[in-house]
Amino acid sequence: MSLWSKHAVFEKNSIILVIGILIVIAVGGLVEIVPLFYLKNTIEKVDGVRPYTPLELAGRNIYVREGCYLCHSQMIRPLRDEVERYGHYSLAAESMYDRPFQWGSKRTGPDLARVGGKYSDNWHRDHLRDPRSVVPGSVMPSYSWLEQTELDYKNIAQDLKVQALLGVPYSAEMIANVAVDVQTQATTDSPNAADLAKRYPKAQARDFDGDPDRITEADALIAYLQMLGTQVDFKLYDDKANIR
Amino acid sequence: MANALAPQKTMTLGEGGLALTFVALALLSLVVAAKAYTPEYAFHAYLFAAASIASVFAIINRYYERPAEHPPLTIGDKPNYNMGPIKFATLMAVFWGVAGFAVGLYIASELAFPSLNLDLPWITFGRLRPLHTSAVIFAFGGNVLVATSFYVVQRTCRARLAGDLAPWFVVLGYNFFIVIAGTGYLLGITQSKEYAEPEWYADLFLTVVWVTYFLVYLATIMRRTEPHIYVANWFYLAFILTIAVLHLGNNAAVPVSLFSPKSYIVWSGVQDAMVQWWYGHNAVGFFLTAGFLAIMYYFIPKKCDRPVYSYRLSIIHFWALIFLYIWAGPHHLHYTALPDWAQTLGMTFSVMLWMPSWGGMINGIMTLSGAWDKLRTDPVLRMMVVSVAFYGMSTFEGPLMSVKVVNSLSHYTDWTIGHVHSGALGWVGYISFGAIYCLVPWLWNRPLYSLKLVNWHFWISTVGIVLYITAMWVSGILQGLMWRAYTSLGFLEYSFVETVEAMHPFYVIRALGGLLFLLGALLMAWNIWKTVNSAESAAGRVALAPAE
Repeated sequence: MSLWSKHAVFEKNSIILVIGILIVIAVGGLVEIVPLFYLKNTIEKVDGVRPYTPLELAGRNIYVREGCYLCHSQMIRPLRDEVERYGHYSLAAESMYDRPFQWGSKRTGPDLARVGGKYSDNWHRDHLRDPRSVVPGSVMPSYSWLEQTELDYKNIAQDLKVQALLGVPYSAEMIANVAVDVQTQATTDSPNAADLAKRYPKAQARDFDGDPDRITEADALIAYLQMLGTQVDFKLYDDKANIR
Repeated sequence: MANALAPQKTMTLGEGGLALTFVALALLSLVVAAKAYTPEYAFHAYLFAAASIASVFAIINRYYERPAEHPPLTIGDKPNYNMGPIKFATLMAVFWGVAGFAVGLYIASELAFPSLNLDLPWITFGRLRPLHTSAVIFAFGGNVLVATSFYVVQRTCRARLAGDLAPWFVVLGYNFFIVIAGTGYLLGITQSKEYAEPEWYADLFLTVVWVTYFLVYLATIMRRTEPHIYVANWFYLAFILTIAVLHLGNNAAVPVSLFSPKSYIVWSGVQDAMVQWWYGHNAVGFFLTAGFLAIMYYFIPKKCDRPVYSYRLSIIHFWALIFLYIWAGPHHLHYTALPDWAQTLGMTFSVMLWMPSWGGMINGIMTLSGAWDKLRTDPVLRMMVVSVAFYGMSTFEGPLMSVKVVNSLSHYTDWTIGHVHSGALGWVGYISFGAIYCLVPWLWNRPLYSLKLVNWHFWISTVGIVLYITAMWVSGILQGLMWRAYTSLGFLEYSFVETVEAMHPFYVIRALGGLLFLLGALLMAWNIWKTVNSAESAAGRVALAPAE
């Protein structure tokens, strides 16, 4: 019975109890989290994955603001039905620039990890305006105000700077050109499109929301949705490269 | 004039320092409000300024009202307990509970009838859902935890709550944080990390409140006149400490500017996912479990007037629970881009976690040995015991769902939602209601207005919970099976939206369950209101006047 009486040290000394708790709760977290910062398959670089363009980032921030992750996942599991329904399973590298990650935990609506290119811009615009006009059984709220709200991007250079500080490879050139890049990407046939594509390879540039006169929140959100899952060319991706 | 009667009254360092801090915070808030990037953020800055100024007035006013002497630690040989902040937190818990359940009912109805979103940004499902989860977990649950922990620590240590203004700062500051967080979601200020949605400035403020909470709690324990720290306090301590660690780790973020509500998380992608669910699952483990187990360990023995079933079991229960829980996070990330070894670890520890969970359940329920008859006569005790039974059920279901092959079906479906609610409504909800029904008569020193209403509350809510979780089991498993159904030709049988349409009847039933649960809570609110405002206090003895 001596072992049980040893426990009195925790019951009689609050500081020892506090230290004991801290040690016991530290173990699991450290073992599971720390290795993720140096293991190859969690920090692999995959060709094609690039930081978000300023317009895509603004769109992503709207996605975050509206809490889209509460109903839409962005993580395709390597299960037969998911791969057939949504496309190639998601790679860690594909969310390496996601702050925060938006993998989600619930699919009230479908997964969006590879929604890019699946529907037309017009479809997205109609769907955001009135989801049941294109998907009668949908339970999604209407987001009609997005196409009526001008995108506020006057401070977005600071967003890029903060991300650069956190290790996202935004160059000084990218930061200097944010406003131009936003305007270029939201315009069909812009003369600056080549510069944008040089800074952000494969960036799609056009008027996304069907209103060429204004850059709206719908422009940004659709630009983001249309790039989701399109960066990696899976014809070239070697899925055995990281198996040890 | 109080001053004339007590000429030697001086302002304490705490009073003066806190008042000056609030003056500084008010000025800072006004500067931020003037230069804020968005009107929503300016609104929050004005709220901060208004609350700071109100605090300065409250501190000064309290100084003029109070006697020169500080309240004594003991009156005679009895501790002079500080019950004011506890009363406040208890009433706030009732308020936030009703509000949070009502929002839950509304969003459940939105999923059944999407036109209820009304094309208004601030009441879309995406903005209201965090309001619901934060209101029930952090506002309702949090106030219950703060109230009960401050009560239990004083009683079991036989010592007055440490600090003079600090306990009030904890309860008022915590509720102010809730207001900032909740209004933020409606206005679109969120980091969209599940259960950690508040932005950087709210997180920072909560950190200050939480550290104060910890210090008040620890200092009260240090004042104890009992040699041993009672088991409930171990659980409260683990809850307070671990939540602090999780909060800091998961919300590590760099704001875009002092004048912007937006921040970017330090972690990204797969690392952020792991940190998030390390936080998320242990918000369940330490906020919704350890904290409420502390309630179980105090209120059930007290209410049935029996000692805790097994002291040794409580030691094993405590250390095993807090050690194993921390590992369980990755079961939220099965089959994702998180490495397999981490998923397997998460699954293994989740299954192991079943044991301490049931050990705790046994310890709680068996405490009734020799007092089982009270289940028939005491609806408050019955509520708490059924709560522990729900705890047993959902801590069996959890490990089951953490098994990878089960999770491949259950993940992303309503089964998760059902599981959460059997724990949240059954376990957390009922143990909280039980604690509130105990605390209010003890704090206000008068009997509960109506035990019959408690009985009605119990049965109406129970029917609501049963409707809720069975609807979610059926819809979750149905949808999971529909997603993976194939035709004989090898094609996916259902389009996604067909699986959404199949959910409709269950969403209606779920909303009905939520309505019943809300009705039960309204009965409680009425009962508490009548109790607090009853005239019976005159008959009750006022032996120990709480010092405010």
